Amino acid sequence: MEHIFFPPLSRIAVCGGTHGNEMSGVYLVREWQKQKVDESGALSITTVLSNPPAVNVCRRYTQTDLNRCFTNALLSSPITDTTPYEMRRAQELNAQLGPKGSEKAMDLLIDIHNTTANMGLCLIFYSSDLMMLHIYKYIQSKMPSVPVRAIIMDIPLSEAFSLESVGKHGFAIEVGPQPNGVLRADIFNLVKKSLDLAFEWIQEFNSGCTFKAGEVEAFTFVKSVDYPRDPATGEITAAIHPQLQDADFKLLRRGDPIFLSFSGETVKYDGEDNYPYFVNECAYYESKTAFKLAEKTTMTFPSISVKN
Amino acid sequence: MSSYSNTARVNEARRVAIFGGTHGNEMSGVTLVNLWMKNGIEIQRKGVEVKPFITNPKAVEKCTRYVDTDLNRAFTPENLSAPTGDDLPYEVQRAQEINRMFGPKGSPEAYDVIFDLHNTTSNMGCTLILESSKDYFNLQMMNYIKKAIAPASCLVLLNEHPLLKYSTSRSVAKHPVGLEVGPQPQGVLRSNIFEAMRVILKHALDFIEMFNEGVEFPPCSVEVFRVSERIDYPRDANGNIIAMVHPNLQDCDWEPLNPGDPMFQMFDGKTIHYQGSGTVYPTFINEAAYYEKQQAFVTTRRETLVASSIRKA
Repeated sequence: MEHIFFPPLSRIAVCGGTHGNEMSGVYLVREWQKQKVDESGALSITTVLSNPPAVNVCRRYTQTDLNRCFTNALLSSPITDTTPYEMRRAQELNAQLGPKGSEKAMDLLIDIHNTTANMGLCLIFYSSDLMMLHIYKYIQSKMPSVPVRAIIMDIPLSEAFSLESVGKHGFAIEVGPQPNGVLRADIFNLVKKSLDLAFEWIQEFNSGCTFKAGEVEAFTFVKSVDYPRDPATGEITAAIHPQLQDADFKLLRRGDPIFLSFSGETVKYDGEDNYPYFVNECAYYESKTAFKLAEKTTMTFPSISVKN
Repeated sequence: MSSYSNTARVNEARRVAIFGGTHGNEMSGVTLVNLWMKNGIEIQRKGVEVKPFITNPKAVEKCTRYVDTDLNRAFTPENLSAPTGDDLPYEVQRAQEINRMFGPKGSPEAYDVIFDLHNTTSNMGCTLILESSKDYFNLQMMNYIKKAIAPASCLVLLNEHPLLKYSTSRSVAKHPVGLEVGPQPQGVLRSNIFEAMRVILKHALDFIEMFNEGVEFPPCSVEVFRVSERIDYPRDANGNIIAMVHPNLQDCDWEPLNPGDPMFQMFDGKTIHYQGSGTVYPTFINEAAYYEKQQAFVTTRRETLVASSIRKA
């Protein structure tokens, strides 16, 4: 692969509270705003509390999920009296940190999330962003004591619906397990460390370092699996099986138990070997997802360096 | 045999209720009660009526702790005697309704036993909550449950503190029993937590059935953890939290906390140490719902309670 040059990164946005009950980002942004953190070396840092009304009531959202509002189509739909709060807010954030796809957008947008699933530290970003593979590899190499994984979304940016797609480069930091409404020090410390490492990488990049070509393992979404439900009422009739609970990213094979019904029956997995993740994520009961399945792939990336 | 051993005669427990959804996002109780309302065969016992009941249906529907106010703090004498009206907070109306159906609190018509099912984000394991150190029936039941599930553990939390105790939904009954199982995030159903709660209830109902049949339970000692003090997060002048439960204390419910041990970690990494005068046993460490109640954890002291033998009257 041919060497790629990227312009320097100088304007970084750090967002928290995109989901108002995911506390690491809420407290990190609040703390940085209190300490008036607006730079790191030569980098300019903008901190944003994405969904203040949701943060105030410690709920994921007030009317609709903010982190599904950033497709190009939704960002350009007209606002009316009945437009949900989060859709308006998405357009405000796009004006402040974007506009998505334009020259004025933040060089890098980092959005902090938590999950109730046992996913460790995950960086979520888009397949089109080759620079992100370097940042991921760097963070992973400097945090050997925790699992650091990449979940790569293979969708065109125009269809990307999450906040981090607003920046020229962007990624979400997803850390778990942490219950909604709870702030765990160990999880907070991981988030802070990964941010510090990202800034470190950026400063090295900006100063002219060449980052060598290489390859890295990453996970890409295959499909979602719903809970077993009562056909008449739609109510859930089983819980995630104890062997699958907390087993995010452990290979799931045909015949492995996935659900234990309330009446004691085991439901077995009947698909291709894949990697489960977002296992028993609280917010996904509503979107009919007991867990997601991913393929593990090897991503190759070219060498990169800055071109001013 | 000690001089305690005059057998206490206690009335049969003829009417028992199992409450789920007192907090609408604590899923084990919601799920178990809904299951048993559809098919109650598992909770049937000879000689006793066992009624499963969702106490806060609106909160359950929204998967939230409460709608207007915490139902599990709402059973105060003021609330229960307030004139009924639609302008009352939803949970106060519910408390009055529940008091009519399962009480009145303090009267001879009240239900004999109410089990109130809860989950916590704290690493408390299986915990039984006792409201009175003199309730020998409850102490004997808890002793029975602990022995039945051994070697698995089930600890007893006693909240008799004059300032820290609160008016729970189960307090409507003559013998209120809280079941608190964690850790489980709000809104999440974990299979192991669900099954653990189910097993505890099974043993509790077995005890009641045997008691009603005339079995005499000999005197017993029960180790309990008595609530001592509520410890809040360090806060700034505006009331904002400025430190987190320290990683060394996080998940260490029921383990000794000694003076000088790390307790909180500030956002800059600095440690705040426990400054109490002696060893305490913290619990409800980092419970999501207690941030708004100014509680990072509660300290307890270990005590052994003795219950006399009991037999049905």
